[in-house]
Amino acid sequence: MSVIEINPITRLEGHGNIKIFKGDDGNVEAAYLQIPELRGFEKFCQGRQSELMPQLTSRICGVCPIPHHLASVKTLDEVFDAPPTSRAVAMRKLMHYGYFIEDHLLHFYFLGGPDLLMGPDCEPGKRNIIGIIEKYGKEVALEIMKHRKYGQNIIKMLGGKPIHPAFGIAGGVSKSVNEGQVDEIIEMARSCVDFSKFTLSLYKEKILEEDFHANAIGSEEYSLKCFNMGLVNESNEPDFYDGDIRITDSEGVEIVKFDPADYLDHIGEAVEKFSYMKFPFYKEKGWKGLVESRENGVYRVGPLGRYNASTGYSTPLAQKEGEKLEKMFGRPCNMTLAYHWTRLIEVLNVSELLLELSLDRGLLLNGDLRTPVGKIKGKGVGCIEAARGTLIHDYEVDKNGLMTDVNLIVPTTHNAAAISLSIAKAAQMEIENGVKDTDKMNRVELALRAYDPCFGCATH
Amino acid sequence: MILVSKGKIAFYWAGSCGGCEVAIVDLDEMLFDVLENFDIVFWPCAMDAKYSDVEAMDNSEIDVCFFNGCIRNDENKEIAEMLRAKSKIMIAFGSCSHLGGIPGLGNLSTKDETLDYVYKRSKSVVNDEGTIPQNSTDEHGNFIGIPELREYVKALDDVVEVDYYIPGCPPPVDVIKTALLALISGEVPPRKEVLAPDRTVCHECKKEKRDMAVKSIKRIYQLDDLDPKRCLLEQGILCMGPATREGCGAACLTANMPCTGCMGPPSMSELSENCEQGARMVSAITSMTDVADEKNSKEEEIKTALDEIRDPVGVMYMYSMPKSILRRRRKDVSDRD
Repeated sequence: MSVIEINPITRLEGHGNIKIFKGDDGNVEAAYLQIPELRGFEKFCQGRQSELMPQLTSRICGVCPIPHHLASVKTLDEVFDAPPTSRAVAMRKLMHYGYFIEDHLLHFYFLGGPDLLMGPDCEPGKRNIIGIIEKYGKEVALEIMKHRKYGQNIIKMLGGKPIHPAFGIAGGVSKSVNEGQVDEIIEMARSCVDFSKFTLSLYKEKILEEDFHANAIGSEEYSLKCFNMGLVNESNEPDFYDGDIRITDSEGVEIVKFDPADYLDHIGEAVEKFSYMKFPFYKEKGWKGLVESRENGVYRVGPLGRYNASTGYSTPLAQKEGEKLEKMFGRPCNMTLAYHWTRLIEVLNVSELLLELSLDRGLLLNGDLRTPVGKIKGKGVGCIEAARGTLIHDYEVDKNGLMTDVNLIVPTTHNAAAISLSIAKAAQMEIENGVKDTDKMNRVELALRAYDPCFGCATH
Repeated sequence: MILVSKGKIAFYWAGSCGGCEVAIVDLDEMLFDVLENFDIVFWPCAMDAKYSDVEAMDNSEIDVCFFNGCIRNDENKEIAEMLRAKSKIMIAFGSCSHLGGIPGLGNLSTKDETLDYVYKRSKSVVNDEGTIPQNSTDEHGNFIGIPELREYVKALDDVVEVDYYIPGCPPPVDVIKTALLALISGEVPPRKEVLAPDRTVCHECKKEKRDMAVKSIKRIYQLDDLDPKRCLLEQGILCMGPATREGCGAACLTANMPCTGCMGPPSMSELSENCEQGARMVSAITSMTDVADEKNSKEEEIKTALDEIRDPVGVMYMYSMPKSILRRRRKDVSDRD
């Protein structure tokens, strides 16, 4: 028996390694994804002053600090019995949509996307943003940077800085945009709608038809049948800020829809010895380990999970794109590589939502930014969709406003089992009869990068 | 260091969140300058080089290594040592590698308390067997292990020699740009310097100060009538500005929120040998506290005024616990070197 090790896995957030065990015949017997890090936020946030939680928990992830900041302040709204004003919610959504654009573009052009934009077997030194600049030209590179920056700029307008902003207070926010900034956001949103269309056409032109991708996307080895989960609005469309959690099965049938406050009735987390990442599962089915089965509680979240757990997109252009995807690959779509397409549809969806919101001057420029806090209720659950999936914060706070209990289930954690299974399946396909082709090892990583994993975040 | 030919640069993260990496991406157009002057030889967040590629490099082959993240586990320490050996200049980049950062608050518990809570007692865990991730594991006959958490969090210079520090959570883009330009031109300051301006955040804060005394400190959610144009500390909000190095443009203050101290203390503090941001803050508050009432002693007045700071350690050492005089919860449990 021999072991192939990929260490560290690259072009993603956080640490991890893959160990592939081969039997005497050279074929894969088992493959493990191991996350070697833990910082312990659930423990060290206890005893802290609760108003600092949006800033403390944003440090769980520097790639997705905004959803942590906002999930945290939504939890504090509950804890302090202070429903946020409609203007405050609008400010939070501006920031959230700006974040989504920035984060999804980061994945497509810097992290996971280069696998597809450069081709999976391109030499390692070019399989990155630098390769993309060379291949697609500086002009395209500047457009990528410009639109990522638009997202960052909106975050900075409200929170002072693009990474780890300061902004949320129980019942509202600390700052609003002014009239000039609304004009700027309208222009940026229009440009983002156009750039989303450009990115989608690039995807279809350069990726969808490309040989490896065309063969791999529909293959059994790059597919996974499991449950799907995401926040939805009343029409069962993905809602990025609020809503109910909807779980569907691998045939697309709704299994359960619940208020996020009841998450403990439906979601549990298993612990395995070989990784610091916990393994969440749908409680009704239970945790059967790393096996693909209708009777196992494994589920997926994130752009593909949201697509599968919903019935359509909330804006016209995104809906049209969703229909194209549905026509080609169906709904539900269990093809792991379709994460990329759904991610790009979401950039369009969110750009449209940003434009729609930025045109509502009445809402953005009038009204209170905060609801005064009420009596400390002491408990709260806050849930939001991050770029990578559903994010749950659950706090208990004492009468002095100090944290006494913290539970966090983070998007990539929800995906822990699904990612591990996808890696094992891809490894089995790519390593046959003992052939270890170094270039092909990237195809194993390609399966996990489709999820846009965030492992520092996932172990927290 | 004057670069005659193209230099080699590496970016690495240890116990971190990835925000320092995104701060590099946020250099945007300046990334082109970096690429003109350096080959990026290792950057796990964005490029595909592996640990084995670094191992294969000669000692001092890398010109500059930007190292972010704290030292939380054995792997963090091992990679720090490897990159130190391979690099001419080692830069502690960001609050975690500079001072321990927010993960440094982990030093308020022991390693076992953390593992016990996260894997056995947190609300959603279903773990009847009481499993805790193990350093060495036999999974169906396959031996796989994960790095062990160290007893306490350390900053980078607690485990290897550091040449420069770039502070912030994450470092502000302008601070990074200035440092990079200095590296490219070869005009670097003496070693051991913090590469950022050396006054307090108050110097770059635009909020109006009236030199008013503070009656008492309140929590931000308790005050509904904050004046966004005025100094937050004077309005009774604990703002770490007086104890924190400038360079961020008072970013959080521009969002009407108090400074939480991510840039660490400025070096002009006579207490800075221990990076005593907390001590410096306490002295700033006491000097501002209203003690006009003669009936009570000054000590009593200050105690009452500060009563709402319920977690002084967490607030004043939010980013610098491992470098403070407090350091960690139990001094009798020593960490391995």
